[in-house]
Amino acid sequence: MGFPHKSHPKETVVLSQYFGDAEARTYKGWVKRGGYEALAQALKMEPNAVTDIVKESGLRGRGGAGFPTGLKWTFMPKEKKKTHYLCVNADESEPGTFKDREIMRWTPHALLEGTAIAAHAIRAEIAYIYIRGEFTEPWTIMSRALEEANAAGVFGGIKVYLHRGAGAYICGEETALMNSIEGKRGNPRIKPPFPAAAGLFGLPTTINNVETLAAVPHIIKRGAAWYKGLCLSNPKSTGTKLFSVCGHVQRPGNYELTMGFPLKALLYDICGGPPQGRTLKACIPGGSSVPILTREETEATLLDYEGVVATGSMLGSGGVIVFDDSADMVYQIMRLAKFYAHESCAQCTQCREGTAWTTKIMERILAGQGKTKDLDLLLDLSENMTGKTICVLSDSCAAPIVSGIKKFRGEFEAYLAGKRQPVMVG
Amino acid sequence: MSTVHNTTEYQPVFVGKVMDELQTVLQRYPNKQAALLPALWIAQREHGWISDLIMAEVAEVLGLTPAYVKGVVTFYTMYHQHPVGKNFVQVCTTSPCNICGAEDVLKALLSHTGAGDAGATSPDGKWTIVEVECLGACGFATPILINDDFIESVTPERVAELVRKYR
Repeated sequence: MGFPHKSHPKETVVLSQYFGDAEARTYKGWVKRGGYEALAQALKMEPNAVTDIVKESGLRGRGGAGFPTGLKWTFMPKEKKKTHYLCVNADESEPGTFKDREIMRWTPHALLEGTAIAAHAIRAEIAYIYIRGEFTEPWTIMSRALEEANAAGVFGGIKVYLHRGAGAYICGEETALMNSIEGKRGNPRIKPPFPAAAGLFGLPTTINNVETLAAVPHIIKRGAAWYKGLCLSNPKSTGTKLFSVCGHVQRPGNYELTMGFPLKALLYDICGGPPQGRTLKACIPGGSSVPILTREETEATLLDYEGVVATGSMLGSGGVIVFDDSADMVYQIMRLAKFYAHESCAQCTQCREGTAWTTKIMERILAGQGKTKDLDLLLDLSENMTGKTICVLSDSCAAPIVSGIKKFRGEFEAYLAGKRQPVMVG
Repeated sequence: MSTVHNTTEYQPVFVGKVMDELQTVLQRYPNKQAALLPALWIAQREHGWISDLIMAEVAEVLGLTPAYVKGVVTFYTMYHQHPVGKNFVQVCTTSPCNICGAEDVLKALLSHTGAGDAGATSPDGKWTIVEVECLGACGFATPILINDDFIESVTPERVAELVRKYR
């Protein structure tokens, strides 16, 4: 299967096996495909034994940070004295990323199964799946699947609830997500305390991404060694990952690849390269929050946590945004900064002011009213926006600006020198 | 004790079946405050938008202050703080969709519906078109939401047909 395109022979199909297969959405259809066997198996095991398998598999968080999943689960209190919570992060809002949406759309029971296994492993009695407000279709599909799974009584004693967001990118940040479930403004919290010590409602909590949890049933069923074996480059990056490819390519969509797969082969062989007559100019490989890569860097990148760092960016969420030679990098970087300015929770000064002012300065440059010092000013602001705030939204705004000015300085300078037709914004 | 329901025009939202629905929601959480986002969703579904009076009612039902509820409402973009058209349309114009022509889709929607400006409601009260940040469907540029219908791969050419369908 595959959606919106049939799976490519170069893909390694695990999570996406039933994308496009509507029958897999139903409880009966899921069970027919071997679903809920892993959960039944896990519920018979000691929680720590489940965690050990996941730890051994090398699975790392697919939401962006890449933190080892099994290790995260071990941070929960050894002795259980209070209620434990699991939060599932389905607030997918990172520009360029649309993989969790596809998982929930086609394989809702895969997420529910992974959620219940994780809840068992961390000894949580309640799991909240936080779905962004705009995902109306995944919400409907997940609601139906949850009803069916509850009716079938597959969760043991674990209660699973859906919680709908209401339009705020920042709620994808784990502590903001917890505040949002608590009925608060989605402001990130200062860490420590970390969620495993004092998380949702002040109690021990683990937060995992949708794709991470969807991989868990496969690991339980097929074993850690099998998962670890899915590796083309660095042994620290194992398994498969869904890459969402968008922008200037002939076949945008989600593609599932073994870790370490070359980005060049993804873009050209699988996605058909840029539109006819166009050439690749730049690529953001891990969602809008990571540095931009030039064409040369893109073509030398291996898609795993270490491989993307080696060419100067980050794997992030696996949202690959492609720009061909028709893209105006100044305009697009301004547009990204505008995104962060809109989404800043405004708690920290560096972020609230920095995201807004960098956007305004780039709008001024685009309008032909930029000043020679503006590029230095943007870099200076970006430096003050990095590593100085409660969460990394501010850093995420600075990443494309700094890398953009460094790698596409000529385009900025052309506006400053009046060599480009001014663009009026807003 | 209620100062909220004194006005004769105000029809409380949380009565009868809607109140029962909220009671079910409350069972999912260890305290009432956590039901705030779901309660606001219910209120918006029933009333179309979240007025100050509704905020006060939600506050009363959940044991919060109206100011606290307003603070939460204003944080999130999806709660309408004023009436909107019969069809509320959200158009993604963030970078990935932007380079695929999202701004042309927005322009086509504004002109075909007569809404004129983003955020404004058309004179016939049928359309409010807003520009939003990333809708999370970048591979299906340009995605738009018409009320609760998520529509993928919208092009300026498809706009006329969509406007006819929802009018």
